[in-house]
Amino acid sequence: MRAVVTGLFVTLAPGPGGADPIGDPEAGEQHFNDCIGCHEIGKGAEDGIGPHLNGIFGRRVAAHDDYPYSESMQRAGVDGLTWTLETLDAYIENPRALVSKTRMSYRGLGDAQARADLLAYLRRFSDNPANIPEAAPTAVGTDHSVDPDILAIQGDPEYGEYLSSECVSCHMADGTADGIPSITRWPEDDFVVAMHAYKEKLRPHPVMQMMAGRLSNEEIAALAAYFRDPD
Amino acid sequence: MTLNRRTFIAVGTAAAASLSSPAVLAQGSGRPRVVVIGGGSGGATAARYIAKDSDGAIDVTLVEPSRSYFTCYFSNLYIGGFTDLDDISHTYGTLAAKYGINVVHDWAVGVDRDAKTVSLAGGDALSYDKLILAPGIDFVEDAVPGWSVAAQNRMPHAYKAGSQSELLKAQIMAMPEGGRFAMVAPPDPYRCPPGPYERVSMVAHVLKETNPTAKILIVDPKEKFSKQALFEEGWQRHYSGMIERIGPDFGGENTSVDPDAMIIDIDGMVEKVDVCNVIPAQKAGRIADMAGVTMGNWAPVNAADMSSTVDADVYVLGDSADQGDMPKSGFAANSQAKVCAMAIRGELTGSRVFPAKFTNTCWSLIAADDGVKVGATYEATEERIAKVDGFISETGEDAATRKATYEESVGWYSGITTDMFS
Repeated sequence: MRAVVTGLFVTLAPGPGGADPIGDPEAGEQHFNDCIGCHEIGKGAEDGIGPHLNGIFGRRVAAHDDYPYSESMQRAGVDGLTWTLETLDAYIENPRALVSKTRMSYRGLGDAQARADLLAYLRRFSDNPANIPEAAPTAVGTDHSVDPDILAIQGDPEYGEYLSSECVSCHMADGTADGIPSITRWPEDDFVVAMHAYKEKLRPHPVMQMMAGRLSNEEIAALAAYFRDPD
Repeated sequence: MTLNRRTFIAVGTAAAASLSSPAVLAQGSGRPRVVVIGGGSGGATAARYIAKDSDGAIDVTLVEPSRSYFTCYFSNLYIGGFTDLDDISHTYGTLAAKYGINVVHDWAVGVDRDAKTVSLAGGDALSYDKLILAPGIDFVEDAVPGWSVAAQNRMPHAYKAGSQSELLKAQIMAMPEGGRFAMVAPPDPYRCPPGPYERVSMVAHVLKETNPTAKILIVDPKEKFSKQALFEEGWQRHYSGMIERIGPDFGGENTSVDPDAMIIDIDGMVEKVDVCNVIPAQKAGRIADMAGVTMGNWAPVNAADMSSTVDADVYVLGDSADQGDMPKSGFAANSQAKVCAMAIRGELTGSRVFPAKFTNTCWSLIAADDGVKVGATYEATEERIAKVDGFISETGEDAATRKATYEESVGWYSGITTDMFS
């Protein structure tokens, strides 16, 4: 049978004037001073302590062949995490929300405008900045951080133990990792922000998005409390 | 009368014997008793969770005839050469040694729900306060005319793993060059919805390596099947021209076999084949029928705790249960077992009871490093276990994603078998 060829219609991003800029790249360059200890960017940039950041938009996470990414970062890449305005914004805001055991020793940038400026600066070093929207509808000013009230919930470890029985169908209860990562003995806040990142579908794994998606804030806290010290 | 030592012992024995009916084994001492029939994903999990979480407050007996249990999941991977049979074999020693579960290797042959006893083929009887039935599947008689258990050596089902898996694999390896493998697929509902099609993938994988001109014929009574788009895409990519499927529109629902002649009759069209894998229509494991908790082929249950709709002290898990939206899978049985174990502990010891939550994920391997998955979450409603949310792998996924999915399935296998047996 002969295939029917249908036309592909490429939707172009709105041009200048069609959207507000992400942020101010000049201000972003100043913020990048916090990054240059580890990350190179611009002409001739190479991987160093951290990977170079040229062409990061649209790239799958952990994609530089020779850079020794952390296991956590490699897994995020395998799960399908790609660097976009939204995921970069969330990662810069709180690296561990997106990649639990990232080696990037950076505590995060809480100021949404500062992040927007930084992203505008990074965008300059893409192969083709024109292909990156100057502003994604949700990128600027979105607060991905978990509400302090949610982090403050005292989880009920007994409830957590019951809920955990769903987790240990896949994750080994004793914390060994064999194709599926360990979820035991995590700091509670790391556990909670990771689950909320799945719930918001910032983290890509479909099973985890589904599992986290139907857990309430109390249930996530209960699981974090139980898995903190399951023995 | 003076009591000497000898008469005292005699009196004592008589008194002890009169406390229980002679045929009933002495169990526990005043502890509530749970008997679990079937040591698979539902039964082993339920027994382990009740014993583990009740800290010895409940006397748990597990009745399972097999000393070595072969999981049905990953048995297709054995056929495909991705795992050894030893790696999917499990024993019950840890359940006995670590959790104090009384593991009885015998067949349950009767349930007296009035007396609350289970009789065993070996002649003993077990009394229970709560009974869990997790017997898996049996085959519907005459579902495929010409096939019976007596013919399963000529035409294996390999749908209860172990010796049947080994037999089917040996037959595939002995096929003549350019020979033909046929599968008679089952009608819905049946154990492991993607299972027959994963098996076809694994057979194709083996034949592509050892016998590349061989062909595969699927005779199917169903219009559609689980993960169909994913399997068909994979077959096209890896095994182009090798696999043919005859559905109900061409007589796939009107199939009979002649095991002696190795012939399949598909609505009058006669096909001679070299290997024939017959997976008949299925029903609840027979003990569920004998216990009188089935309606039709399956045993209806209440979604909140997996109790039978006809007897509040009998619970049915896994493949045998008619529960609603969950597929019949090992993952589902394992999930149901935890809800059931929590509910039974609550009733017998007053421990806390939380709302039922259920999950399922089914991974399938199409070729080396080409894994796909489908999954959903569920909740208990008044009428049934109802689906909440789900996902499925997409066609056209890249190789890294498919490889990760396969590796995840290997991790899951370790996880669930640890959750059942360790």
